[in-house]
Amino acid sequence: MQRLSQLRRLEAESIFIIREVVAEFDNPVMLYSIGKDSSVLLHLARKAFHPGGLPFPLMHIDTSWKFREMIEFRDRMTQELGFRLIVHRNEEALAAGISPFTHGAKYTDIMKTEALKAGLSKHRFDAAFGGARRDEEKSRAKERVFSFRDAEHRWDPKNQRPELWNLYNGRIHQGESIRVFPLSNWTELDVWLYIHLEQIPVVLLYFAKPRPVVDRDGMLIMVDDGRMPLLNGEKPRMETVRFRSLGCYPLSGAMRSDADSLTAIIEEMMVMRTSERQSRAIDFDQSSAMEKRKREGYF
Amino acid sequence: MAAVRLEEFLRRHEAKDLLRFITCGSVDDGKSTLIGRLLHDTQQILEDTLLAVTSDSRKWGTTGDAVDLALLVDGLQAEREQGITIDVAYRYFDTAVRKYIIADCPGHEQYTRNMATGASTVDLAVILVDAARGVQVQTRRHAFIVSLLGIRHVIVAVNKMDLVGFDQAVFDRIDDECTALIGKLGVPDIRVVPVCALLGQNVVTRGEGMPWYKGESLLELLDSIDISRDQHLGDLRLPVQYVNRPDAGFRGYAGTIAAGQIAVGDPVLAVPSRRMSRIRSIVTFDGELQRAAAPMTVTVTLEDEIDISRGDLIVHPDRAPSVGRIIDAHLIWMSDAPLLPGKQYEFKISHRYLRGTVESIHHRIDVNDLSEHPASELKLNEVGLCRIVLAEQAAFDTYATCHSTGALIVVDRLSHATAGAGMILRSAAPQGAHHDVSVFWQPTRVSHGQRANQKAQHPCILWFTGLSGAGKSTIANATEQALYLRGHHSYLLDGDNIRHGLNKDLDFSDAGRVENIRRIGEMAKLFVDAGLIVVTAFISPFRSDRRLVRDLVAADEFIEVFVSTPIEVCEKRDAKGLYAKAREGKIRNFTGVSSPYEAPEAPEIEIDSSKLAVAECVDRVIRYLEAQGRLKN
Repeated sequence: MQRLSQLRRLEAESIFIIREVVAEFDNPVMLYSIGKDSSVLLHLARKAFHPGGLPFPLMHIDTSWKFREMIEFRDRMTQELGFRLIVHRNEEALAAGISPFTHGAKYTDIMKTEALKAGLSKHRFDAAFGGARRDEEKSRAKERVFSFRDAEHRWDPKNQRPELWNLYNGRIHQGESIRVFPLSNWTELDVWLYIHLEQIPVVLLYFAKPRPVVDRDGMLIMVDDGRMPLLNGEKPRMETVRFRSLGCYPLSGAMRSDADSLTAIIEEMMVMRTSERQSRAIDFDQSSAMEKRKREGYF
Repeated sequence: MAAVRLEEFLRRHEAKDLLRFITCGSVDDGKSTLIGRLLHDTQQILEDTLLAVTSDSRKWGTTGDAVDLALLVDGLQAEREQGITIDVAYRYFDTAVRKYIIADCPGHEQYTRNMATGASTVDLAVILVDAARGVQVQTRRHAFIVSLLGIRHVIVAVNKMDLVGFDQAVFDRIDDECTALIGKLGVPDIRVVPVCALLGQNVVTRGEGMPWYKGESLLELLDSIDISRDQHLGDLRLPVQYVNRPDAGFRGYAGTIAAGQIAVGDPVLAVPSRRMSRIRSIVTFDGELQRAAAPMTVTVTLEDEIDISRGDLIVHPDRAPSVGRIIDAHLIWMSDAPLLPGKQYEFKISHRYLRGTVESIHHRIDVNDLSEHPASELKLNEVGLCRIVLAEQAAFDTYATCHSTGALIVVDRLSHATAGAGMILRSAAPQGAHHDVSVFWQPTRVSHGQRANQKAQHPCILWFTGLSGAGKSTIANATEQALYLRGHHSYLLDGDNIRHGLNKDLDFSDAGRVENIRRIGEMAKLFVDAGLIVVTAFISPFRSDRRLVRDLVAADEFIEVFVSTPIEVCEKRDAKGLYAKAREGKIRNFTGVSSPYEAPEAPEIEIDSSKLAVAECVDRVIRYLEAQGRLKN
């Protein structure tokens, strides 16, 4: 038995999961959020099928409110790595003017959850890879690697398929699907260590730099474009910040930090005492918010 | 931190070992508190999480004003409201030497399936026992499932030592009981630690309350237990997971090496398709390798253009696994709809889904006291030893040899639910059982027929079967004597004699019994080939085992002699006092009392020794042999 470090074991486990899905499903897709977890997932998928290319497309659910740097990074990666990218937006809601400033929690439902479901249904994907990790949040700790969804994309935490050894059950009926989480057993630290070990490119927003921010409800929000309505007396100021977690810029809190390199980020993590979801606004709306969202089909 | 130190730190961190363990115990054993304590005392809890728990403690907690560490662990809304854990939850923490993945398993009976799920991927189990309540029925259940899933290391955490005044005598009693209980199940490595999770004693650091305990804390044990030798199969097993054909110029077989190692140039065999080739290259994203070993993930190319598909096992030609359609396996049933023999299911083994049925249930095992019972179905959370018959040939190992290639899941063909999980005990293929697919029988110059002619007899196996006390040995001995007096060449295989030598390495477990009969069958076959009339006298209660021996020799060379003396008579005789002991429960698995006897359906000879004298019994056997022309003079 070869002694493999824990990162190499996690890597092997994830590659196994990715290959298993491709071998068993007709039409898989990888959900690409452009964040660090997605970057790691993409890297693992490339490893899994080397010397071939990716045998599935990537899909980005674009709310139109992502950081501009994220979109640039996405397009650059698509070009450099040559994968097939599908961008799906909820055009109807966009036309209706749904925005994170006006619609609060509903915005996430409509622009992310609904858009995701519509995108999956439109292309008839029967399996969707996501970069979620069990260490992110309590309800995720109980989710399977192959997470079964009914025809309405719903997750039922009380009716999960038992998952033994690495014998994943990929049998589904027409219209049903699975969400697959190859990074289930990775922690946030593992993700950064792996990015460091493998030199995986990530969006530069993770690295500290002076950026224009305002204080909103205890969060530092970066003013990424002219669409952000400033409140009375609010004036963007330059602060050296970085992001632990990326999403829509009006909902992603920045943190004050000088960590401008991978090693500095990891060093900062080792002393940091705040878990990463705190910088995402959606979790604070309601107790057990994440579990509720997931039952409805959120990733 | 200086840059150099940080790089060094990262290297160490990246190189840590991984250890997965489950925690099992009931709601009241303080399991969630123990895990919360492990996470808290190893500084894994982030400030905002701790803050949330502190606020939750007021709402849901059971510890008054103190922070309820259990709330760090109990996740879903529904279970918080019920105050119980309902599913397997995974937790992560690390120390200076290892990263840990905890599968947190529920203690409720109806969730046996979740515990099996959690146990299937781990190296070690932590079983909680409440010091005040001692070993409970569920402790036995947990220990049994842990052993069934082949976990080789168990730490028993005797929790709530504060409730018994940190009394060493209480701990010692539980220690003895647990060590005996778990040891009997065949778990090789058992440690017992007294802890108090609530106060954090002997969890991460040593406790002040128990100066008499000189051993290591729970975490010190976790950090130091050696798991590197747990996978002991040295033979190559590379299940083909995915055939990678990006273009016409490349055909690679991708998979995770389940056991052993592989090197460029090695001869390999694919089973069950039985195609031979050599390794041309081992391809990875990070460059080609000369060799690779379990548990690495690789893609290999072969010298020859042969057609291997997903689900084949790539192995070394002289170290092949079993190939067959008939398998005996322990099944854990996980579906509301019971397992019904004869119903079609899909069985996923390695990477293949194979249609098949459970032909029969040898017995159901009560998970609480390990007693075996006849069963016509298995209900949710029940465990049984079953005979599986597949529609196609599969390549597999026993679960004890290799978990990856010896495990299976049962999928319901209509609902697609995972209905059960299985651990392969043995191949039960009637032909070619256990045989190595690349070893062929070497013909010898002197033939079977010549040897038989020289002895003026048609060799055969006289297989006596029947209950203990039925008279098998007595009649078998008298039969051999009669044959000898008539000038025939025979040999009586006696159970005890064989266990003294050839089979002295075998125990009386199911697997040991099966192997015992298999070896006897193989030896009888060689003796038949040598021209002898072989006489055997074993209870041999299972039809499948007798069929296995029958199938080893030609159709007319196996003569089943059913000594059908009724059990009442056998029990009245009870020469060795065994029935009495079995009735008192002192002997487990006693055929006819606590373990079934499957009577032959069509024995060549049937003898009831309660109605016939020994000489008459022998006479029947001899007359049968004469009538069949097996005794020439």
